[in-house]
Amino acid sequence: MGFVLILMPILMGGLAAAVPSNRLRPWLLPLTAMAHSALSILAISNPELGSSGQWLVLDPPGKLILLVVSALFLACSFYSVGYLKHRMERSNRIFVACLLVFLGVMSLVTWAHHLGLMWVAIEATTLSTAPLIYFNRSKRSIEATWKYLLVGSVGIALALLGTFFLAYSALPAGLTPSLTYSELLQNAPQLSKSWLRAAFVLLLIGYGTKMGLAPMHTWKPDAYGEAPGVVGAVLAGGVTSCAFLAFLRIYHVCIVAGEAAFVSRLLLFMGLFSMAVAGLFMIGQRDFKRMLAYSSVEHMGILMAGLGIGGPALFGTMLHVVTNGATKGVLFLSAGNIHRAYESKSTELVRGAMRRLPLSGALFLAGFLAITGSPPFGPFVSEFAILNGAFDAGRYLVAGLFLLFLLVVFVGMGKTVLKVVQGRVPSEVQDTPYRDGILTAAPILALMAVVLLLGLYIPAPLGRLLREAVAFLELPK
Amino acid sequence: MIDTVVHLLLLLLLPPLLLGVINKTKALFAGRVGAPFLQSYYDLWKLFRKGMVFSSATTWIFRAGPLVTFAAVLMAGLLVPLGPFDAPVAFAGDLILFAYLFGLARFFTTAAALDTGSAFEGMGAAREVTFSCLSEPALFFGFLVLAKQYGSLSLTGMLHGPAGGMPASVVAPIVLVAIGLFIVMLAETCRIPVDDPNTHLELTMIHEVMVLDHSGPLLGTVLYSASIRLFVLGSVLLHLVAPFQFGDPLLDWLAFVAELLALSVAIGVIESIMARLRMRRVPYLLTGALLLCGSGFILLVR
Amino acid sequence: MIELLNALLVIVLVLNLFALGNSRILSVIRIVAVQGALLGVIPLLVHERITTPALIAAVAAIGLKGIAIPAIMIRSLRAAEIKREVEPLVGLLPSIILGALATAVVLLFSRKLGAASEAASNMIIPASISTVLVGFILLITRFKALSQVLGYLVLENGIFIFGMLLIEAIPLVVEMGLLLDLFVGIFVISIITNHINQAFSSMDTRELVSLKE
Repeated sequence: MGFVLILMPILMGGLAAAVPSNRLRPWLLPLTAMAHSALSILAISNPELGSSGQWLVLDPPGKLILLVVSALFLACSFYSVGYLKHRMERSNRIFVACLLVFLGVMSLVTWAHHLGLMWVAIEATTLSTAPLIYFNRSKRSIEATWKYLLVGSVGIALALLGTFFLAYSALPAGLTPSLTYSELLQNAPQLSKSWLRAAFVLLLIGYGTKMGLAPMHTWKPDAYGEAPGVVGAVLAGGVTSCAFLAFLRIYHVCIVAGEAAFVSRLLLFMGLFSMAVAGLFMIGQRDFKRMLAYSSVEHMGILMAGLGIGGPALFGTMLHVVTNGATKGVLFLSAGNIHRAYESKSTELVRGAMRRLPLSGALFLAGFLAITGSPPFGPFVSEFAILNGAFDAGRYLVAGLFLLFLLVVFVGMGKTVLKVVQGRVPSEVQDTPYRDGILTAAPILALMAVVLLLGLYIPAPLGRLLREAVAFLELPK
Repeated sequence: MIDTVVHLLLLLLLPPLLLGVINKTKALFAGRVGAPFLQSYYDLWKLFRKGMVFSSATTWIFRAGPLVTFAAVLMAGLLVPLGPFDAPVAFAGDLILFAYLFGLARFFTTAAALDTGSAFEGMGAAREVTFSCLSEPALFFGFLVLAKQYGSLSLTGMLHGPAGGMPASVVAPIVLVAIGLFIVMLAETCRIPVDDPNTHLELTMIHEVMVLDHSGPLLGTVLYSASIRLFVLGSVLLHLVAPFQFGDPLLDWLAFVAELLALSVAIGVIESIMARLRMRRVPYLLTGALLLCGSGFILLVR
Repeated sequence: MIELLNALLVIVLVLNLFALGNSRILSVIRIVAVQGALLGVIPLLVHERITTPALIAAVAAIGLKGIAIPAIMIRSLRAAEIKREVEPLVGLLPSIILGALATAVVLLFSRKLGAASEAASNMIIPASISTVLVGFILLITRFKALSQVLGYLVLENGIFIFGMLLIEAIPLVVEMGLLLDLFVGIFVISIITNHINQAFSSMDTRELVSLKE
């Protein structure tokens, strides 16, 4: 099953590269995405399908991320068809092929039970998304791609070194080095402490760069700002979730090895620092797509802080991966529509989006309310659960800072978002032919519905999955 | 006894040949036939037969400079063991004497240059002294590594090392020190990339500019001392890069001469393929040498 | 065997300093090429016997790091018609000193990590970590796109050295990781430098400043 989920999108990517028609090619995206989602649900619900050899195993956290990635990609795939209709002037061969390959390697990340293989998969996500960011072929998009590739590959190179360190940590203890997840968990208590810590720091920096934690977040605003909205959505919901999963593996090994205190200090610092940096840069942000990038930095910080609190906050953290992924989809896709309708990203020009694009404007506003943790949306529940966990764990200072930074973000983001959606369309803005269509609005609506649903009640299968994931992370205590 | 005589003979007779080899190598690289190997000897012979001209501004210091320099480098040459043989003069702590004999030579060269009262020569003297601030500590760090490693404060003891060859753990610091000392040697003997011995443009020179006013036998002495300096530093370096010995005195002496000539060829190759560094980049190179020898020390003591 | 290995690693460290201190991009490319080719010898010396993975790593390092990548870089340097000077953010001398300091600190403290074998703790681990650090310094303190890629390559060389410790235990992971890393390097160099060159007519990353706060 694992092979099918991983190879099918990649083969479809090859097929997409071979299809000659620019008009028909994008339809391969929803086709593949639907098949992928169906197969994913099959794999998640049937435990006997959940492993292909020792290296490919679908464990509960992997299931959760696979679900998020697959669902987000499904929404984005329909949106892409609508988006690419407006970009007929340019060949979408590379775009479609890379998106499909990207889906394949993301599935590989969720299945990989070998940390070396997982590293390869994460590296492959970098490579397959770089051409997506460069889709617009402008000076600014080259600059963004350059930063994305350089910062990303340095980060990933450090992660490789960290992976080597992790393997090496078995040697001083007289064990055979292995990077298989299960063996690592088994051997964790005997691993050399100093090497394990060094590995953890390097992997935190390495995968943290992919997640976009401050201060390694510098590529993020540029890449998210210059890439098409749909690419921003899969980057912010997909790549970051995958990198988070990769990091989760290391976290788990370190916790089992009895390094909880060390790990939690670092994570709390990184998490709160990211939230603070994101909040500061959001204040007075004039480019609404870059603002979304900082929001992504902030939410990665929330995830890290959640892990740092540990124990009682784990459930909220895992839930937050889901809610953040879905909400980011809403925000980036609707922002892409607004960008298209105004041909500008600056809040100087983009005003009154509610009037020009009633649907996308409203969804953008709703997405903003959701992502900043307002009830009754999904992120409210997950952030509240993390906060609750912080109080349960007796970390009052952390909880206080957490709340403070959320407030700063709410104010900073609110100013920009309200400017965009409210008011009148400035007279100097040219009229563009773009208006919301079914393909570019319905996927956002669907995602928004999911976000709302998660805020009102968590469906039983998802709840079970979350509890399993948390139990898995707390397993060999 | 016989070794001491050979030592003295080599020290006195071989050095100009090294210059000849370097120049021949450079000529071959440039596609020229080049001057004969013995050209340096002819030059010295010619200079020693000439008369001398002294500027009326100079004092006895100007005349003493080349002579003291010559005496100092010759004395330094007696402290260095050549190949596997012991040096004629050796005592604990002679490495300090060795370093300061070079210091003395430098002091008198620069003093003689300043004595002329010429702006150019003063400039050369200033450069020489500035660069030696960096090369001297490098030399000391290098010696420190060797002394620490072999537990001897005498050049003979620390350059020869233990009988059974070097243990694996010292290879790393020795390599560092060898590279550092090689750079120091190039700087001390005024070779490219630090200084160009062939240039005749005062603004770019270091050593040559200091001896512009010397003529006849004094100039000959200056050139001769410079070649001895190359010989001495080269034989120190050879202990690090080629510590071989055969056991047979004749073979060992031949091997030593061959190694020294090979080193000259190497210098000639470097001079051919590199350009002289810009003056303000020279300190970078010397700092590099200092850092190399210093890291060698760190590597050893950690 | 071990003497040769130590000597090689020390030369790698010295090349690090030269790469930091050289002012001409072409020379830095050559230095990094020599360093890469030297690294190719290391897999043959690290373990007692020579295994197939070690041989592959050796060939890949010499072929790719020593020949292919430098050739591509020199070509793009020629094509780019940029000024051949490095133009660092901090002076060359301070960056040499910074690199030497980093190397010294690593040499002094890397034993605290506690390695599995004497050879590893003596030179391999400190050489690897300090090469990574020097690569980082190069990356941070240089402006030109090519110089930054060179920094990445040096960083990658450091990781390569460490990988050699594990090449017997987990050969597949090490090979795959190192090759993929190299591939990314080539990818970054060839695509991005070409495109940056076309669009900006210079590869100075200081011109890439339209995206900032």
